[in-house]
Amino acid sequence: MNRSGAAGTDTTAAPKVIEMDDVSISFGGIHAVDHASLDLHEGEVVALLGHNGAGKSTFIKILSGAYKRDGGTIKVRGETAKIDNPRDAKAYGIETIYQSLALADNVDTAANLFLGRELRTMFGTLDDVAMEARAREVMGRLNPRFQRFKEPVVKLSGGQRQSVAIARAILFDAQILIMDEPTAALGPQETAGVADLIKQLKADGISIFLISHDIEDVFGLADRVAVMKNGRMVGHAPVGAVTRDEVLGMIILGKCPPGATPGPGAMD
Amino acid sequence: MNATSFESKSAGEAPAASGAGARAPDSGQFARADRGNALQRFFRATEIDTRMLGMIGALLLIWIVFHIMSDYRFLTPRNLWNLSVQASGVAIMSTGMVLIIVTRHIDLSVGSILGFVAMVMGVAQTRYLAQYFGDLGPWTWAAALFCGVVLGALIGGLHGWIIAYRGVPAFIVTLGGLLVWRGAAWWVTSGQTVAPMDPTFRLMGGGPYGAIGAFWSWMVGLVACVAIVLGIFLDRRNRKRFDFPLRPRWAEFTLAGVGCTLVLGAVAVVNAYPWPKGIVRRHVAENGIVVPEGETLFIAHGIAIPVLVAIGVGVVMTFIATRTRFGRYVFAMGGNPEAAELAGINTRWVTMKIFMLMGVLCAIAAAISTARLNAATNAQGTLDELLVIAAAVIGGTSLGGGIGTIVGAMIGAVVMQSLQSGMVLLGVDAPFQNVVVGVVLVLAVWLDGIYRKRSA
Repeated sequence: MNRSGAAGTDTTAAPKVIEMDDVSISFGGIHAVDHASLDLHEGEVVALLGHNGAGKSTFIKILSGAYKRDGGTIKVRGETAKIDNPRDAKAYGIETIYQSLALADNVDTAANLFLGRELRTMFGTLDDVAMEARAREVMGRLNPRFQRFKEPVVKLSGGQRQSVAIARAILFDAQILIMDEPTAALGPQETAGVADLIKQLKADGISIFLISHDIEDVFGLADRVAVMKNGRMVGHAPVGAVTRDEVLGMIILGKCPPGATPGPGAMD
Repeated sequence: MNATSFESKSAGEAPAASGAGARAPDSGQFARADRGNALQRFFRATEIDTRMLGMIGALLLIWIVFHIMSDYRFLTPRNLWNLSVQASGVAIMSTGMVLIIVTRHIDLSVGSILGFVAMVMGVAQTRYLAQYFGDLGPWTWAAALFCGVVLGALIGGLHGWIIAYRGVPAFIVTLGGLLVWRGAAWWVTSGQTVAPMDPTFRLMGGGPYGAIGAFWSWMVGLVACVAIVLGIFLDRRNRKRFDFPLRPRWAEFTLAGVGCTLVLGAVAVVNAYPWPKGIVRRHVAENGIVVPEGETLFIAHGIAIPVLVAIGVGVVMTFIATRTRFGRYVFAMGGNPEAAELAGINTRWVTMKIFMLMGVLCAIAAAISTARLNAATNAQGTLDELLVIAAAVIGGTSLGGGIGTIVGAMIGAVVMQSLQSGMVLLGVDAPFQNVVVGVVLVLAVWLDGIYRKRSA
């Protein structure tokens, strides 16, 4: 729909692909996510910001099926979705790049890329050659110099492991992509590469949740920013409507500026 | 691109060129591995796992030391044949233990499951099958084995369900199982030994009749050789199809040559072990064979049926571990359980299936053990769990999870059995045998840890 939408233009006109409404989860009496709501529109990049421990990773892991929420509803393309585990989320076209990368360290790149969705031969056995061929293709696009296909991913560098995690998420035509601190393990050059990738994915019409604790990382990429503090949603705003300092104020003080839509976590 | 044109040229040349000429086109491939000394180059080119090679070296060393210490009685066809039969049960169970340890679990109950299933198979063929289904004749063995396999799967499934879906640690569940199933084995007949077994069933245990003879042993050997050559050929063709790096030609010929030599050598050894004179005499009398005066007929044992079963299990389990989704999930779960879960794998169901598989393998081992003893006793398989775990661990299965091979565990089983047989041959007292086995186990894990740290 909104294929060429550069950062800052109004993307909320496009239809909503994700509506997370009044979502809560607690671990042993601690409200990690407390009645938080957030939407994502088609082709939109929404950056979810907050301190370490603000609950942003937990909130988004509910969408990817890693955690089962205590309350609230999730709608995908307007219909109530049943997301109780990662399989459910993938069935809705929601792919996640986890902060921990979630790689099986002892198997090779192709096995990780296709984990849970292996290609099989007509006899039902694993088609390792076809998987490796496809892995070479997609890794060649992300990281052209990468050649260590036969080695377990534990032997790869941080940047290479990150590429494997990203490649896995985009391999299966994701419509909704969750990126949890995708540049945490990367150097400046590789970080720029990821930024280019996000722009390219957005141009392809993919909707993206981008989780970060660093506003500099996301300000040039996101259409909207949303801020969480102490498990609650402080508010969200189009990047054009707020300044960096105002967003910092949201993150640190929980103070919602005039240009933002306040949430339940906003200080008055 | 380069590799394609390059390979198609060499393929075109191959029929015309022979010997040294066919080798030349591989020099380009070889450049990749052209670093390090000759030995390193050799291992890189052949893609042989040096760790596995070290284990085989250790096994050979054990054999040679025992051979010398026992006045050259260890490396005889007779001893090696018996060794192969005795190792088969533990080898079969160790293949399942690999998958369990790879997923960071443990199974302490395999010896007790073996005992209980053996008792049930025993009473099934001596009493209940005939009672409920009439005389099944030559199919009694199959029916008894079927009962055992189903029972093994049910017991393993129960363990797996409690572990996977009820979250009780495998150590505790199978420790409980160790006691429960040993008690159950006693309870089947209130401790009485069940004997004798069905004559067809007994063939699974080896012995002169439970071996396939010289001719069929050579046939099995030939089939294995063809499989080795075909496997290498198909692998090369697949790699070519996708332009993956190829092994140099000489390395592939070396691999095929060594593999076939080992297979045929093993067949030659088991074919060099003749039937005992008494049995030959009876066989001659029963079949009216005319033997010249003063000569005895040489009838070779050939490969024992339990060994064939173990090899079959090894092939099937290797296939499961490396070529199926289930196997891939087992290893992924071992490497990072959380990642496997997040990738959408139904880790609980996979865990339960692993334990079911273990139960089935216990039942197969129980059949072999019962057939060999020609009896089922409630003490059967006592302490087998430790041998099985030791075999898997000596065979390179990491207790940290994620690492292990089926073939390694089976070689580990042969190592354990070699130690035991060797000490029996030397007349070492039984309690001291346990001391040695225990020390070897700890030593092996320690050495393995050092190796892994260095190669990491």
